[in-house]
This record gives sequence, C-alpha cells and structure tokens, in this order.
Amino acid sequence: MAALLTFTDRGIYCPDGDFFIDPWRPVPRALITHGHSDHARRGHGQYLCTHQALPVIRHRLGDISASGIAYGETLRIGAVTVSFHPAGHVPGSAQIRVERGGEVWVVSGDYKTEADGLAEAFTPVPCHAFITECTFGLPVFRWQPQAQVMAEISAWWAANAALGRPSIIGAYSFGKAQRLMAGIAPQGPILTHGAVEETTAILRAQGYVLPATIRVTQGMDAKSHPTALVIAPPSALGSAWARRFHNADEAFASGWMALRGIRRRRALGTGFVVSDHADWDGLNSAIRATGAERVFVTHGYTTPFRRWLAEQGYDAGIVETAYGEEEEPAATTEATA
Amino acid sequence: MKAFAALFAALDGTTRTTAKLAALAQYFRTAPEADRLWTIALLSGRRPKRSVNATELCTWAAEAAHLPLWLFEESYAIAGDLAETIALILPPPTTTTDRSLTETITLLTSLTGKPPEVRRAAILTAWSELAPTERFLFNKLLTGGFRMGVSQGLMTRALATATGVDEPTIAHRLMGDWSPLTTTFAALTAGSDDTGAGSRPYPFALAAQLEGTPDALGDPADWNAEWKWDGIRGQLVHRTGAFALWSRGEELVTDRFPEFAPLADFLPQGTVIDGEILAWGAGKPLPFAQLQPRIGRKTVPKKLLLDAPARLLAYDLLEEDGLDRRPLPYAQRRARLAALIDRLPPTLPLGLSPDIPFTDWAELTRLRTTSRSGMAEGLMLKRASSPYHLGRKRGDWWKWKIDPWSVDAVMIYAQSGHGRRANLFTDFTFALRDGNDLVPFTKAYSGLTDAEFAEITRWVGKNTLERFGPVRRVTPELVFEIAFEGIQASPRHKSGIALRFPRMARWRRDKGVDEIDTLDSLRALLNAAQG
Repeated sequence: MAALLTFTDRGIYCPDGDFFIDPWRPVPRALITHGHSDHARRGHGQYLCTHQALPVIRHRLGDISASGIAYGETLRIGAVTVSFHPAGHVPGSAQIRVERGGEVWVVSGDYKTEADGLAEAFTPVPCHAFITECTFGLPVFRWQPQAQVMAEISAWWAANAALGRPSIIGAYSFGKAQRLMAGIAPQGPILTHGAVEETTAILRAQGYVLPATIRVTQGMDAKSHPTALVIAPPSALGSAWARRFHNADEAFASGWMALRGIRRRRALGTGFVVSDHADWDGLNSAIRATGAERVFVTHGYTTPFRRWLAEQGYDAGIVETAYGEEEEPAATTEATA
Repeated sequence: MKAFAALFAALDGTTRTTAKLAALAQYFRTAPEADRLWTIALLSGRRPKRSVNATELCTWAAEAAHLPLWLFEESYAIAGDLAETIALILPPPTTTTDRSLTETITLLTSLTGKPPEVRRAAILTAWSELAPTERFLFNKLLTGGFRMGVSQGLMTRALATATGVDEPTIAHRLMGDWSPLTTTFAALTAGSDDTGAGSRPYPFALAAQLEGTPDALGDPADWNAEWKWDGIRGQLVHRTGAFALWSRGEELVTDRFPEFAPLADFLPQGTVIDGEILAWGAGKPLPFAQLQPRIGRKTVPKKLLLDAPARLLAYDLLEEDGLDRRPLPYAQRRARLAALIDRLPPTLPLGLSPDIPFTDWAELTRLRTTSRSGMAEGLMLKRASSPYHLGRKRGDWWKWKIDPWSVDAVMIYAQSGHGRRANLFTDFTFALRDGNDLVPFTKAYSGLTDAEFAEITRWVGKNTLERFGPVRRVTPELVFEIAFEGIQASPRHKSGIALRFPRMARWRRDKGVDEIDTLDSLRALLNAAQG
C-alpha cells in the first residue's frame, strides 16, 4: 500500500485523497494550513482551509475557488479522512490531520505552542507520523513567556513616549502585527502601515478582538503623533515611508532577535524576541505530545534537528520543501528593507 | 554584575550615541569605584587573565544544558559567539548573586592554575546564579574580547562628562599598560595633564584617507609630504627609568625589537618619538612579511635579527626634554626631531622618515606613482601648521595610498561570519586558475555590502558541494575582483604566494569562471614587486 503522504517536487501529496498540502507549484486541489505566502500560493484549482483562515487567503490571492472547514470537522476525500486542528501560529492556522484505516499523519504547517490570546491555541494531535517545521530547531532559541515580552515592549513604548518620540516596531503584517496590538497594554494611539491595516481590518471583521488602529496617511508624522506606536512590516523599517517619523525609535519583533549578531546586522538597537514559531522546547514538547514514531522535518535547522530527534529514538527524516521564506533571518528581509 | 549588566543592556539596546554617552556617564558617576575602573579596562580592550579555555567552556556548557557536544557546536556555529551561545543554551538560573563586577573578576582570577574540577565547579555555580545578560557578560570575561559598541573616544567623552576632567587628559591617561590591579580610578581621572608617568605613550594621531587628488587641500607650500610606510606604527618612549616601544594597538613591543635597546643610551630622557617600525636591508625597507615573524613571538631568534633587522623611521616628536610638544606646529616638531636625530650616531637603528620636497600637486602626483619602488604604499600629507591631534581629526593629516593591485578570482569555499555577521556567509576562499586546476590563494572577508553578503548567503545555500563543519565547498562560479596592497613569496601557502590586505573590491557578476586570472599572472606581479 502506498504511503499515506508522499513528498513530491510540487509539495506534500496524498495519493489516496489526490490532494496536496501547502503545495508550492500549481495543483488541482490544495489543503492550506495558513495564509502566509510560503504556504498559501497562487494558481491552485481548489483551496481548502479553515473558515478562520479563508478571508485573509482570499484577500491575498484574489479570485480563487476556495472553501472553508471548521476546526475538528472531518471530511472524507477519496479514501482518506482529513481534519484541521489549531496550530497557534496565526489566526486561522491549522495542522492538517490525514487518516486512513486508523493510520494517522499530521502536517504541522507552522506552529507555536504558547497560547498568544489571539490565534486559536495549539492542540497536540496524536499521530503515527508527524511532519513538522523546525524554523527555530536549535537550543539557543528559547522564548520568554509572552506576558514578559509584551511588558518589555510596553515599557519601551512608554519610555519613548515620555521623550516625545514615536515607537516604530517591525512585525509581519499578518499575525505578528495583530498579536502585538492585542498583547501590548494600551497607552496611546496605534498607527499602522497600510499592509498591516488591511489584514487587521479583515481579522477585526471576522470577530478577532483587536484594539482601534489608525492607518498612516499623508500628513501624519512624528509631530502629529509624537507618542504613537507604529506597527509596520519589517521592510518598512528605515525606508522612505518611515522617515516621516524621523525621530522615532525603531525596533523589530522576531524570533531571530534572540541572536545578538542578527539584531546588530540590522543596525537595530532594540529587538524583541517574539516569534510565531515554536522554540526549541516547544518543538520538542509538541513532537513528544503527538506520540509519533516517525517525524519528518520540513524547514528550519533541519540537519541538526533531525539528528537530535534520531538520537532521541525517533525515526526521523528531512523533507525538502519551499517553506520558510516568510520569516527568514535578516538575509531575505533585508534585501527589501 | 547587575549594574554592569544594566549598563551593557543600555548600551546594547540603542544605536544612538547620545543615549550611550548618557548611560556611560551615569555609570561612571554611580558605580562602585573598583567596578568603574574595571569597566574602563574592559572597554579599552584590557581583560582579566584567562582562567579557562574555550574547549572547557564548550564541554561544561553542553553538560550543564544536557545537550550533546555536537549540538552545542552547531548552535555555536549559528549564533557565532561562544559567550552568547553558552548564555542562551543553559537552563534558567536557579538562584541569584549580588557579586559585583570586580568581585566576579577576582573570583575568576583566583581560578587560574587550579585543577579542572575546581574551575568547572566554580564556573557551573556562577552560571546557575546569573540572569541571561549577566551570564553573557560573565562568559565574555572568560573568553575575552569585549565589544559593546563603545569606541575609545566615546568612553573618553563619558569619563570627561562624569569627572569634569578634559578629554585629552583622559585620553592620554588611558594609554599604556595600566591595569586595574596597578592603578585607581582617581589616578586615571584626577588632576591636570602631564607628560605621563613612566612609559605611558600618547594617543596616536591618525590620518584620514584622501580620495581623489590633493588639489582641494590648497597651497602646496602649506603642506609636507612623506612616504607612507608599510610597517608597524610605533611610539618610542624614553623617560627616567622607562624605555618602551608601543605599537599602535597599545601593545608593549619593546622586547620584540631588541635592536632598539641602544637607543636608551643615546636618546635624551624625556623623549617620545612617533614613527614606523620597518624591517630594513640594504638601505631600504624590506617587505612587511619580514616583520611579521616578530609579532607572534616573545623572544626573537638571532637569525631573524640578522636577516631582517628593525629600524625606526621617525616622523614626529611628541615629547622633548620632558615637555609635551604636541601643541607645536608640525613644521617645528619636525625641525626639532631632525635636529635630535642629527646629534645621534648614524649607526643607531633610528632615522628620519624623509621629507619629500615638491612644488606643486602635479609633481607630487607623479612622485606618488613611484611609491612601490621605494617600498612605500603611498604618501602622507601633513599640514605644516597642525598640532599633533588626538586620534583621527579630518583636515590636517591625510594618507594618500597608491591604487591596490587586483586579480579576478573565483570563490571556492565559504564560511559564515561571527558576531554581527553570524548566520551570513562572509568569509570566502578564492582560487586562481593553474592549468586545469583551481589553486586557492587567498581568503577575504570584507568589501561587499550587507545586501551582497545576503545574496551570496542564499546562493551558498543552493550551491554547496560539501560541508566541513562550518565551511562549505561551493560550485566555483562566483567571480570577485580581489584587491591587495602587497605580495610576497610564501612557502607556507599552496599557491606559493601571500597577499597583504586582500579584500573583495567588487563582485564581478559580468565574469564567469573561465575569465579569472591565472596563478602565473600573480607570479608575474610577485616578480615585478621583487624586481
């Protein structure tokens, strides 16, 4: 009997259901874990994702043929049963469970084990084979509890406001940006870059609880908003767009900020370690919780992480994918900065 | 360590100079005196004696974190900094300590020479007591090499702000081989300026790079020209009871140049000379490489003294008869220097770096092209009326280097950088063509923009042929123009050639591996350089 899931040059494929999961080349039928651009790509015939993920995906991909499914709802496709389970990565993100005759495989997509109060909280899904990301699969990556980091960001914002200068924070426009605005104690106006505002408006309309935000428009600058928190995509930091807040203090919120060298390379004084991915302990505990014997790692520090898993007794392998372009180390984001 | 960690966090958390200055000045006003002193020492590159080595640290940290050593090493390769890697992978502290910076350093110093198990126990205990930033700094004390984004100039300004003593005085006091064990904060910062006790050198005046031609400098009559030598910048100090030779890096190198010892018998006391240390033969400088064997060793073998005797070419007089002469105009200092050297026996290894007479800039421009034949790497231009500045002040001293040599070469190995360049491939090995082979001939790390390094990093990811630890062998495809200042025969290198100051002048995207230069073309340059 063929493997439940196979790895092809178009993406992860289920022969018995004739569908792909997060494919990177056009396919007839795609199951999508979440709306980031390296997982939800253009050109597929049919899209299936959670109801919560659908609006952002439609917004980003335009006119597509797509349908939604509820978390936990089962759907028969060909000879297999599929269901979507919260991944805790961004609002609407899911792990995809595929079952055939009692054999269960789970594709993690991107995930984060700590609940952030906005994205549907990660739930471990027992399985025989777990296909997991490992973006931060090295023991140097260990996150502080979210409450602590949010308090640090609040204190930074307050200190800047006291000096009469705006605070600009770089954060991915879908997920991280909203997580920040929801998690930071309100203490002044929150301004947004257009890319952030569009996604925020969509999520707000879906019922996610987000504070009021103001899109930055012509005529708004450091003078008009001297104590604002400005949330912008990382590529906008240091750009012509950001220059209107000429005296602002800039910071970047990313898991990569855990490494001092990466923060200094971006010539940033301030970096907050906020990631939408699992840290070292999160990856290990998530994998343990699935009870899986077979683990495939897809993107991140795959080589050392696979070896580590093998030494822990897992049947572990590496799968080459095209994921991980969304939150690369400064290398890719810098080119556009 | 807490106050020191807070200072570090403040310095590291900003790129604004004003904020750094304020944080430092505040610290220098409030921290315990001993801690201030150690902080100055650390920020100016002085560090406590090493009590443990890197291998021990890696092993102990991996054990404490319950991780296999290979995974620790993989993590280190990514983080790019040993102290940081250890701070990040260790489990959170189980207790706390109020030990000060000075007490911590005293503890570390006391471990020197102790059996490994004693040192291991002490280090593991310290790790379990320190919060992450403190732990990182503690590890930096162990591994050396503090870089906190604070220049010597910034620290000097902060000290001046905190103490009210003027900057030049502070800058001078910070020179030399003082250590927190031999001085006090008060001695470093109190009182007015003097010529300096004992062997203390003056801060070196530094030249700025002249781009283009010197026409904009005005009337040539206002300027003096000298050759720019390719040796070791040195300051010779002779005072009562003190005879010292300092390198530009404030390293005491007196013992590496025993041939200068007779100068102590002939130079008047209270004399400080700024000049260039060169290996010397047949009336002219030898290539820099002949000086290099001296740098790494404590004692100098006889053969080296015979083959490549050192000579100091003096270009400035900073102290005369115990008086600080730095405020005098350059022309006057030079005249006094010339007179001083004139009175010395000609057999001494000390000469005047000659003035190059010229009447107009066109003539000087022509003279500059003859630099290499005189073993110089260009010209120095100094304004006749200028004082001996503190550090680098643009406008009065210019270095006008000759254009470098260059060859086009292909990248064959890439390695990721450290610190700011962690996670980015920045250290490359280059090869030239030799018949059908590619022969590695140099490494280079600098010269490209961050964006180019980022692009090459992505390219390396997709074009790796083999991995040797952190080193990747890559498809020989990317061609770079490698610029360098000097060339030397070297039996230690596979290519038989060693380059001086190699760097990437540009990425030649327009060239393929078929168009790179040959090893023969480099050998021709070598022959030309030696001829």
